[in-house]
Amino acid sequence: MRFPGFRFPRVALDAEVKTRLDRLEIPFNEFGVDPYGASKEHLGPFLHTMKFFFRRYFSVESHGIENVPAHGRAMLVGNHSGGIAIDGAMVFASQFFEMNPPRLAQGMAEKFLNKLPFTSQMASRLGQLPGLPEHAERLLADDRLLLVFPEGVKGTAKLFKDRYSLTRFGTGFMRLAMKMNTPIVPFAFLGGGEALPTIKNAYALGRRMGLPYIPVTPWGLLLPIPAKLEIYYSTPMRFAGNGSEDDEVVFGYVDEVKTRISELIELGYKRRRGEA
Amino acid sequence: MRVLVVGVSGRLGKMLAKELVSSGHDVIGIDQRPLRESLAGVEVHAVDIRSRAAEEVFRSTRPHAVIHMATVAHLAVLTGDRHRNNLGGTRAVFEHSHTYGAEHVLFYGRHTYYGAASDSPLFHTEDEPPMGLSHFPELADLVAADLYAGSALWRYASFVTSVLRLVYTLGPTGHGTLAAFLRGSQRVPTILGYDPLFQFMHEHDVIGALVLALEKRPRGVFNVAGPEPVPLSVMVRETGRTSMPLPEFVLSASLGRFGFPKLPAGALEHIKYPVTVDDSAFRKTTGFSNTIDEVEAMRAFREAFPSRSPLSI
Repeated sequence: MRFPGFRFPRVALDAEVKTRLDRLEIPFNEFGVDPYGASKEHLGPFLHTMKFFFRRYFSVESHGIENVPAHGRAMLVGNHSGGIAIDGAMVFASQFFEMNPPRLAQGMAEKFLNKLPFTSQMASRLGQLPGLPEHAERLLADDRLLLVFPEGVKGTAKLFKDRYSLTRFGTGFMRLAMKMNTPIVPFAFLGGGEALPTIKNAYALGRRMGLPYIPVTPWGLLLPIPAKLEIYYSTPMRFAGNGSEDDEVVFGYVDEVKTRISELIELGYKRRRGEA
Repeated sequence: MRVLVVGVSGRLGKMLAKELVSSGHDVIGIDQRPLRESLAGVEVHAVDIRSRAAEEVFRSTRPHAVIHMATVAHLAVLTGDRHRNNLGGTRAVFEHSHTYGAEHVLFYGRHTYYGAASDSPLFHTEDEPPMGLSHFPELADLVAADLYAGSALWRYASFVTSVLRLVYTLGPTGHGTLAAFLRGSQRVPTILGYDPLFQFMHEHDVIGALVLALEKRPRGVFNVAGPEPVPLSVMVRETGRTSMPLPEFVLSASLGRFGFPKLPAGALEHIKYPVTVDDSAFRKTTGFSNTIDEVEAMRAFREAFPSRSPLSI
């Protein structure tokens, strides 16, 4: 099948990727496309590439994958780590390669991605929709797995020195989880700040290219080094309500999730330094 | 039931009229365009809907149901006349329906009402406002006609108003904006780096939905769609065409030149971003389900409009 525009080079798909792709519980149509535009033809080569990064380059280690529900709606909520979306891509890979059956983690992508050529097309074909409440609600109603980074762009813009801290969390995800009666699986992502240390963000240059900013690494390039990446999945958290509660109530719940994530970051950081 | 079809000379209008006649209804048609073929059993009046003669048709026939499918959607006519036709015509349909005792008025609207934009959600619901006008002001008259039709819901208690927002049609008659876009040439211009989802339904199912709506008389505004959407690139390929991806600035500079159609720049948003609708309310209210899937609709179009030449490059 041929798509115009960006095309992956034609390589024989990895056997594991192929098998897992067929085991995804997603209603692909005759053309291998789901109702939201995710396409097997694009997922295959992308995951083929991600397998190398996930297993070898970063040798990602994940803990507590059994906490992620195998079926049904759920929301993965975690911290940003690294100046570009390495974190999202690796959680995506973790859900695909480590869950049985594999799951398609659908990110609530930054809206600028849909404005730019190629990223617009690729995000859609990989099931990563612009982060609109309408999309989140619809995907959850369809029992999909949502991937949310409540820090947003402020989170990816973290500098090297702040790599184990959290910025302010948005509250939209919590109201949606309550409204849609969805379990939240908090996770901590560690190591992105080492793989792609940001010493400075070029905001003016980024804006000229339609991006929020461009991270600058000590070696100038946006190439991550093979630092060890880790994902800690926590046990699911449930919050009762309908999503129209007062801000104070919702802020409190968001803080519970944020605390859980920062505890996991703390634990992981200690382990990385050999203290625990 | 006596049904008045406004816009009967269009491809869909003719199909609907034939279908209604065959299911035993009395069908009257109005269209200012001449009808080239004769429609057996249909009383056709070649008058402008805004004219006194059109009112006379309402007065003398007293239709039970009126279906308004005479809004001009194609962008080739970008004159004030299109605006007057779409708005003045819609007003005339509702006013005459009220004056002459119609029981049901059905407005044929389009899903492009919602507009295409990068921050626009997939699967629009009927309560969403039209967000595409800032990029594509040329659609203002169609959007206004749709909203005007919706205002009949509170304006006129004497009849039931159904405003339907239908997705693109695709099928063997080549009716509609999407078919015209694909029919034009073997190579279909697309924008490099964008591949939006397109939602369309076979014209046979469009007629089915309209007949069902005339029968069930659902009150309100409803999205009407058929199969799940498919990416533009898949649609181009499955209809036997070839995509010609061009950088956006090249395509927008080429509009009206080198054989490209003369379109407003905003039209390009519709091949960059998807307009898809949630049609669950219509399905639930009327029991509608499409009988032809996307594969069959694209095949039917391809067979009716085979590609002209083999790919040269």
